[in-house]
Amino acid sequence: MFAYIVRRLLQLIPVFIGATLLIYFLVFAMPGDPIAALFGDKQPTPELLAELRAQYHLDQPFLVQYWYYLTGIFRGDLGTTFSGQSVNDVLARTLPVTARLAVMSIAIEFVLSIVIGTISALRKGKFFDNAALIVGLVFLSVPVFVLGFVAQYFLAIKLGWFKATVGADNGWNGLWLPAIVLGVSLFATSMRLMRGSVIETRNQDWVRTAYSKGLSRGRVLPVHVMRNSLIPMITNSATNFGVLLVGATVTEAVFNIPGVGNTLFQATRQHEGPTIVSFVTVFVILYVLVNLLVDLLYGLLDPRIRYVK
Amino acid sequence: MSSDSRATHYVAPVETTTITVDAVKVAAKPSNLWSDAWRDIRSRPTFWISIVIVIIVLLMSFWPTLFTHTDPTSCNLDYSNGAPSRGHPLGFTFQGCDIYARIVWGTRVSVSVGLLATIIGSVIGLIMGAIAGYYGGWLDSVLSRVGDIFFSIPYILAAVVVMTVFAQYRNVLTLSVAIGGFAWASTARVVRAEVLRVRQADFVTASRALGKSNFGTLVAHVFPNAVAPLLVVSTLSLAAAIVAEATLAFLGVGLGDQVISWGTEISNAQTQIRVQPMSLIYPSIFLTVTVLAFIMLGELIRDALDPRARAQR
Amino acid sequence: MSDAIDTPLLSIRDLKVAFRTQKTENEVLHGIDIDLYAGETLAIVGESGSGKSTTAAAIVNLLPGTGHVTAGSITLDGRELTKLSRTEMERVRGRDIGFVPQDPMSNLNPVWSIGFQVKEAVRANGIARGRHAVKQRTIEVLKQAGLEDAERRLHQYPHQFSGGMRQRALISIGLAADPKLLIADEPTSALDVTVQRVILDHMASLTREKGTSVLLITHDLGLAAERAEKIVVMQQGRIVEAGPSREILENPLHPYTQRLVAAAPSIASHRIQATAERRGLEHESDVDVVPAVRVSELTKDYKIRTGGFGSVPFRAVDAVTFDIPKGKTLALVGESGSGKSTVAKMVLNIEEPTSGAIEIDGKNSAKLRGRELFDLRRRMQPVFQDPYGSLDPLRNIGNTIAEPLEIHGIGDRKSRRERVIELLDQVSLPQELAARYPNELSGGQRQRVAIARALALKPDIVVLDEAVSALDVLVQDQILKLLAELQSELDLTYLFITHDLAVVRVVADNVCVMEKGRVVEHGSVDDIFANPAEEYTRRLLDAIPGASIPLGGGLN
Repeated sequence: MFAYIVRRLLQLIPVFIGATLLIYFLVFAMPGDPIAALFGDKQPTPELLAELRAQYHLDQPFLVQYWYYLTGIFRGDLGTTFSGQSVNDVLARTLPVTARLAVMSIAIEFVLSIVIGTISALRKGKFFDNAALIVGLVFLSVPVFVLGFVAQYFLAIKLGWFKATVGADNGWNGLWLPAIVLGVSLFATSMRLMRGSVIETRNQDWVRTAYSKGLSRGRVLPVHVMRNSLIPMITNSATNFGVLLVGATVTEAVFNIPGVGNTLFQATRQHEGPTIVSFVTVFVILYVLVNLLVDLLYGLLDPRIRYVK
Repeated sequence: MSSDSRATHYVAPVETTTITVDAVKVAAKPSNLWSDAWRDIRSRPTFWISIVIVIIVLLMSFWPTLFTHTDPTSCNLDYSNGAPSRGHPLGFTFQGCDIYARIVWGTRVSVSVGLLATIIGSVIGLIMGAIAGYYGGWLDSVLSRVGDIFFSIPYILAAVVVMTVFAQYRNVLTLSVAIGGFAWASTARVVRAEVLRVRQADFVTASRALGKSNFGTLVAHVFPNAVAPLLVVSTLSLAAAIVAEATLAFLGVGLGDQVISWGTEISNAQTQIRVQPMSLIYPSIFLTVTVLAFIMLGELIRDALDPRARAQR
Repeated sequence: MSDAIDTPLLSIRDLKVAFRTQKTENEVLHGIDIDLYAGETLAIVGESGSGKSTTAAAIVNLLPGTGHVTAGSITLDGRELTKLSRTEMERVRGRDIGFVPQDPMSNLNPVWSIGFQVKEAVRANGIARGRHAVKQRTIEVLKQAGLEDAERRLHQYPHQFSGGMRQRALISIGLAADPKLLIADEPTSALDVTVQRVILDHMASLTREKGTSVLLITHDLGLAAERAEKIVVMQQGRIVEAGPSREILENPLHPYTQRLVAAAPSIASHRIQATAERRGLEHESDVDVVPAVRVSELTKDYKIRTGGFGSVPFRAVDAVTFDIPKGKTLALVGESGSGKSTVAKMVLNIEEPTSGAIEIDGKNSAKLRGRELFDLRRRMQPVFQDPYGSLDPLRNIGNTIAEPLEIHGIGDRKSRRERVIELLDQVSLPQELAARYPNELSGGQRQRVAIARALALKPDIVVLDEAVSALDVLVQDQILKLLAELQSELDLTYLFITHDLAVVRVVADNVCVMEKGRVVEHGSVDDIFANPAEEYTRRLLDAIPGASIPLGGGLN
C-alpha cells in the first residue's frame, strides 16, 4: 500500500510540472510582449508593467523564468492580481467559499446518483429507468450556466424560493440553489456510471454465490453489489474533478458567489492575464491533490491494491 | 418401488435424425459487427429522431436562408426586447435583433467549432492512444504521462488561457484548436484501453507469427477494431465541444460580440435575464436539443456495437 | 436398507425451464426427471448447451437472467420447491441445499475477506450465534474443507489465495450449514489436474462422513463415473440415458452416450490413427535424420514486479531440451505455470529466449533476422486455444484464411481464392463460409478455420497451443481426428501443448512432461503411460479422472 501511494505520487509530480509548464509556456513563451498581450486592450500603468516584468523575470531565458515561477509556487507565492492584491490573500478569502459549494454539490450529486442509479439498474428497462435516463440526458445536454440562469429565473426570481444572487450570504445556507444547480449538472454522468456499474456487478458470479448461501436481497444488494459498484464511481470523481472545477467557476459567476471560480471569471472577463495564470495553476494543484486523495481512498476500498500477494 | 428402482438403466427413445456433431448453421444473411449494429440501430425510433435533428442542424449551418429570410444583423433599437410578432416568431433581443434569425445564422459557427474541435481532438487522441496502447513500454509511459498532463487541466480553462493569450486571433479556427488541442486526452485514454484489449487477442499474435510487421498489424487488425469506441467517444465529444463554445462565450473568451453563434447569443442575453429571459432561453433550447441529439446518437451507437448489451435486450 | 429410505431425497419431475427473450419464450429444458437418494452421489453429464447447469440452478431458483421454471416439480424431502416464496427459498438455500460453483476466482467477492464471506454463510443459516461461536464454526468448516491454517487465513482476501484454496473456501461455504443436498457445478474444472483430484477426494470424504447427497455437474464422463454412483446423460435439454455409472460406461445404449464414451479421452486408450493411408513416406526412427524441431537448453527469464519497487527475476522456462522427429507429434504436458506456452511462443519466434537454441530443420532460428526469418515463418504456424479470440471479428473467413498468402505475397487474387476453397475443403467446412464472419460460427468451427489458416502456407510444423482445450468432448474428438488426417496427408509435424494428459494419450507419439519450467520426464507415450519414472508424472497420471475405469465396449 505504501509503495502504491509513493508510486502514484511519483507519477503525479511530472504531471504537475508538465501542466504548470504548459500553462506558463502558453502564456509567456509566445512571440511578442507577453505582458502587454495578456492585458489585451487595457492599458496598465507603467509602474505595474515594470513590476510585473520584474516579477516574471522576463529578462531571463524562458526556463529560468519558469523555475522562478515554480519555486515561487512551492514557497507559497503565487503572484499578485491586477488590482495589486496578493493571490494568496485572495485565495484565503475565496477558497473556503468554493470549498463549501463543492462539498455541497458533491454531496447532492452522490446522493442523487447513487439512489437513482441503483434503482434504475434494479428496474432496468422499466419506466423508472427510462425516465431517469431521459432526465439525465437532458441535464447532460444543458450547459451549466444555462441551467444556472434558468434556475435563477424560475426558482429565485419568479417563485422566490431562493435568493437570486449569493453575494455576502455565502455560508452553508446561502449556497443551496447554486449547489443544487451544480450537483444536478454533475449527477447526470455519475448516475449513468452508477447504473452501469450496478448492472455489471449484479451479473457477477459472486452475487449468485451470495444468494446460494441463503442470504436475502436486503443483504446481498448493499454488501455484495453496491459496495463493489461504488469503486468505479469514486475513481471517476477524481477524473471528473476538472468538470467540477469548471462547473463551480460558471456557477459562481451566475450566482455572484465570491469564490475562487468567480475571481477567475472576473479575471477572464477583464482580460487579466497574470491572474488567470495564477488561478488556473491553483486549479491544477487542486486537481493533483484530489487525485492523490482519491487514489488513497481507492487503495483503502480495494484490497487488491492494499495487499499484494 | 423395490430397491431395484435405483439400478434401472433408462434410455431415451432415439430420434430418427442422426446427430451431426457441430453442424454448420448460418443465418440467411451474413452478419458481422457493423451490419448487425446497423440492423439494430435502425429499428430504434430515438435513432431516427436524432438523425432528423442532426440533418436539420446541418442544413441550418449550410443554408440558413432555407429557414429564415430575416437579416440577423439588421437590428432596430425600437424593437428592443420586443415580443414575438409576425415574421419574428421568437421576438427580439435587447438590441432589437430578431432572435430566431440570429439563432439560425449562429448555427453555422457553433457547429463548425464543434466539428473542427472534435476532428482535431479525435485525430490526436487516436494517434496517441493507439501508439501508446500498441507499442507499450516506455513509449506508453511517456505518452500516458503527456495525456495525464493535458488531462489535469480542464480543457475549458485551458481554452480560456489560450483565448486570452491569442486575443487578437478570435476566430473559429483558434477556438477549435483551443478546445480540441486539450480535449484529446480523454479520447486517447479510450482508444488506448481498446487497443490494449485487442492487442492481447490471439488473432493479433497469429498475425505476428505470420511475419506481419508490427505496424502492419496495427493498421490492419487493431485500428478497425478500435474504431467502434472511437466513434462513440467522437459523437459525445462533438456534443461537448458545442457546449464548450457556449461556455467560453459566457466566460467572455468566446468569439466576440461581432460573431453570431449560439454561445454569443446566450452570453449577450445574460443581462436581460430579469426582463426578457426568453432571449436567453430560446438559443439555449436550440443548443440543448442539438447536443441531446448527438449524445443520444453516441449512446445508441455504443449500445448497438456492444454485443453484450444486445444480447441482454 | 428399509423401505422408508427408498423415497428419494430430491425428486425432479418433468421439469421445463425457459428463457424470456424480447418476443418469445425459449425453452431450454424439455421435461427432466431425476431421482436422488439420501447419501448418494449423482452426476449429470453433458456438453455445453445440454442444460446440466440450468437444471442445477433451477433447483435453487438461481437461474440467470430471464430464466424461469415453466412446468414440472422439484421436491426436496417431499417439499415442493418450485412453489416457494422468496423468503422460504432463501431459507432452503444454504441450510438444506448447498451450492459449490465452478470458477473460484469470480465466485468470491474480491473486496471482502474470506473469513467474512464464510462467516456470512454460517450466520445466515443460523448455525451459530454470537461472534465467537460464528468465528469458531467458520474456522472449523474451513479446516474440514482442507484449509489447514484457517485461523490465520481468515483475514486474507481471495486474490491472496491460490485457485485450489479458493475452491476449498467455496466448498466450506457450501457445506457450512451441513445441508442435506450439495450441488457441485463443475467444482474443479477451472483447476489444475493434480489439485482437482485432491479437492474431489476431500469433498467425497466430507460428504460421505456427513451423509450428504451430492448432485455433481460435469462435462467429464470419466470424472462422473469415478465420483458418482449414478449418471444422467443430458443432451440439448433432454435426458438421453440414466443409470448406474458402471453400467453406463460399460454398456452405453443410446447412440449419443456411445459417442461420448468413445470420444472421452480419459477412457479411450489408443492413439487416433488416420484412416487415410500414409503417403508412402515412411520415417524410420533413423538417428541421423535431422529432426523437424530441436530445442536445446531453452531458457526464458522474466522480471516480475514485486509490490514494492524492485522486480525479481522469474525463470519461466529452465533448460528445456527436446526433439520432434518429422511427421510425428510431440506433446508438451504440464499444469498452469509449467512454462509450456512460453516454450511454444519461443519456438514460433514470437518471444525471444534468454538463452538456448532452437533449430528448425537444422537451422538455428534464433539467429535469423529479416528476410530469412520471414521465410522461416512460412514453415511453422500456430493454432491457439481461444476460438473466440483467434479470428479477427471484422474480417470474413475467406480473408482470414487468405491473410498468410497475402502477407507472403503468394499468388494472385484468383489463385488465393482457389486455395481458400481448397483449405475449407480440407477442414471439412462448406465453401459458402468464405463470405461469412466468425460470429456466426461455433467454437469448433472457428478452430477449424484457425487450422485452415495455419495450413495456408503449407507449413511443415504446426504448433497447437491448447487448441482443443476449450471445446466440448465430441467436438474435440472431431478436431483431433481431423488433425490426425491432416498430419498423414500433408506430412505435418505437430508440437501439441496441453494440460490434459488424457488427450496426450490419443494424440501424441512422444511426450515431454513439464513442471515449473523444467522437463521432468520425456519419452514415447506408450512408455510414459505404462511406466512413469518420475513422481510428478505418476501424480499426473493418477489424476486423470476415470483412468482406472474399464472402457465401454469391453476393451481393456
